[in-house]
Amino acid sequence: MISALWAYRGFVLGSVGREFQSKYRNSILGAAWTVLNPLAMITVYTVIFSNVMRAKLPGVDDTFAYSIYLCSGILTWGLFAEITGRGQTVFLENANLLKKLSFPRLCLPIIVVFNALLNFGIIFGVFLVFLLLLGRLPGLPLLGLIPVLMLQVTFAIGLGTTLGVLNVFFRDVGQFFAILLQFWFWFTPIVYPVTIIPARFRDLLIFNPMAPVIASYQSILVNGRWPDWQSLLPAAVLSLLLCVLAIRLFRKRSGEMVDEL
Amino acid sequence: MGSIHVSHLGKAYKQYFTRWSRLAEWLLPFSGAHHESHWILRDINFVIQPGEAVGIVGVNGAGKSTLLKLITGTSQPTTGQVGVSGSVAALLELGMGFHADFTGRQNVYMTGQLLGLSAEEITGLLPQIEAFAEIGDYIDQPLRVYSSGMQVRLAFSLATARRPDILIVDEALSVGDAYFQHKSFGRIREFRNAGTTLLIVSHDRQAIQSLCSRVILLDGGCVLKEGEPEPVLDYYNALLAARQNQMVRQSELEDGRMQTISGTAEAQIDEIGLYNAAGERVKSVRVGEQVELRVDVAINVDVPELVFGYQIRDRLGHVVYGTNTFYLDACLTELRRGERVTYSFKFLANLGPESYSISCALHASNSHVIANYEWRDLSVVFDVVNADCPAFVGTAWLPPQLEYSRV
Repeated sequence: MISALWAYRGFVLGSVGREFQSKYRNSILGAAWTVLNPLAMITVYTVIFSNVMRAKLPGVDDTFAYSIYLCSGILTWGLFAEITGRGQTVFLENANLLKKLSFPRLCLPIIVVFNALLNFGIIFGVFLVFLLLLGRLPGLPLLGLIPVLMLQVTFAIGLGTTLGVLNVFFRDVGQFFAILLQFWFWFTPIVYPVTIIPARFRDLLIFNPMAPVIASYQSILVNGRWPDWQSLLPAAVLSLLLCVLAIRLFRKRSGEMVDEL
Repeated sequence: MGSIHVSHLGKAYKQYFTRWSRLAEWLLPFSGAHHESHWILRDINFVIQPGEAVGIVGVNGAGKSTLLKLITGTSQPTTGQVGVSGSVAALLELGMGFHADFTGRQNVYMTGQLLGLSAEEITGLLPQIEAFAEIGDYIDQPLRVYSSGMQVRLAFSLATARRPDILIVDEALSVGDAYFQHKSFGRIREFRNAGTTLLIVSHDRQAIQSLCSRVILLDGGCVLKEGEPEPVLDYYNALLAARQNQMVRQSELEDGRMQTISGTAEAQIDEIGLYNAAGERVKSVRVGEQVELRVDVAINVDVPELVFGYQIRDRLGHVVYGTNTFYLDACLTELRRGERVTYSFKFLANLGPESYSISCALHASNSHVIANYEWRDLSVVFDVVNADCPAFVGTAWLPPQLEYSRV
């Protein structure tokens, strides 16, 4: 399987490039939009929340802190949502290709992941420049982002591919997950600090594997502190399990999948 | 390299009883089957040797495309195996994977990689692809400004840029304009001559006959006939017209060829023969000789309309000439049971020296597909010999008036 995918690396990379290009192909500003978009978003959050609403994080006496907190959660959640959301429809969207051509089908989710990472890389790059300009760039703990991102992407790939296969057979999965993703977002401390959840509900957060992941980003970017590695353990185990499940499900059902599309 | 082995191949699609059935089957593995299998192909067996050219024919829904999908590997068999050795190129859907916003060149790279070529290989093949497609400067224009013919040209050129061990063609023989059709057909022929195994699905009898050495007739998901192109195609042709009350039978003639007769037998050809100017029945005709085709028809049941048609075919089964009494404005109507009809067609045998056969049919209106009383292949077999004309080649006798001058 790996060698077949390697043989199609040209196709994967080409598709990523093509998808990226096709978004801005017929626009005058072209690739500038990729930067303008996240820039606008960061500006809105900063202006609205830190200046207009004067929102502050409890315990941090800084006008920009809430904006950074918000961005570090929303941008990384965006990566997760893009991989899972597109992953679950990737087989359906490429039904024609799957039915007519013979090629390694796992190329498709891989293209989704690379695309999401490319988009995220640009947005996050803009965000880091913003932090640099504010002089709020965390030092060494910034390296902590790498393992956390790897964990999050693994989790998203496992979940997205599993949902992608299931969605071919049960279209309800797609509908359901779109709703679930909304609840999941608001049940993760991204927009609000964890402290505003009533104490008796706060324990429920251990059932949310995304909560410690997002908390790690916030700890690195807002406070410049290394994340609490131990808290990430359940999410890591779950990610591996999901990836195993995805591979097994894909192997067992990929033949049937083409008949169903 | 280039062989295809198909053994006990079957393909079934699952039809679930209700929308919950699949869920039940997945979650409760021991609760038994919650679906019924809808078989598209059943127990297909054949071997295609390297370098062979095989045609697959069958009515719509016979399972031809499914069979090709199983051979190319896009779809997985339910039972049996497909063994394919060597590289495969499939002309199933030309232009699959093309993207309208990108230039022809970019699309060639993208789709080429999807077909399993590397970027370096494509760079090497690109001049040749451009040359074959003959789309000129359009190669650097986005695909959305292409005409559909140009897209097909590019797609065909890309798909056949490298000679594969096996080429699978599904109804793609008639691509583009007449010029490009010739060109693409020529390339397929060239591949075959260079040793590529061909597997062709087509409704075009001429295409199959001129390329293939063997034909497989699929019907209802099974192999109904397999063998030499002419008898299998004749049988298929008869099957096309077959209605419930029609019979199709094939019998071997003295010369070992298979004759196919089909129809409802509401009207039947009692006697058919080719006669010369002296009124003698002949098996051999001189080039340009005056001959007469005499037909004696018996009406078995009252029929509202009767048309007789015939085709003169060459050795390979290609139609050299064909007409019928509908086109000749001699359509008979309101025929009574027991009536007899005789036809006489006098013509000059302006044919090249070769062996010919006449297929004939009795039917209503202008084609045998609507109401076929009788269709009879190989009803007359005759040779044309060149006894007194200057030597020439081909199946038509078109003697020129030659004038020349030397200055």
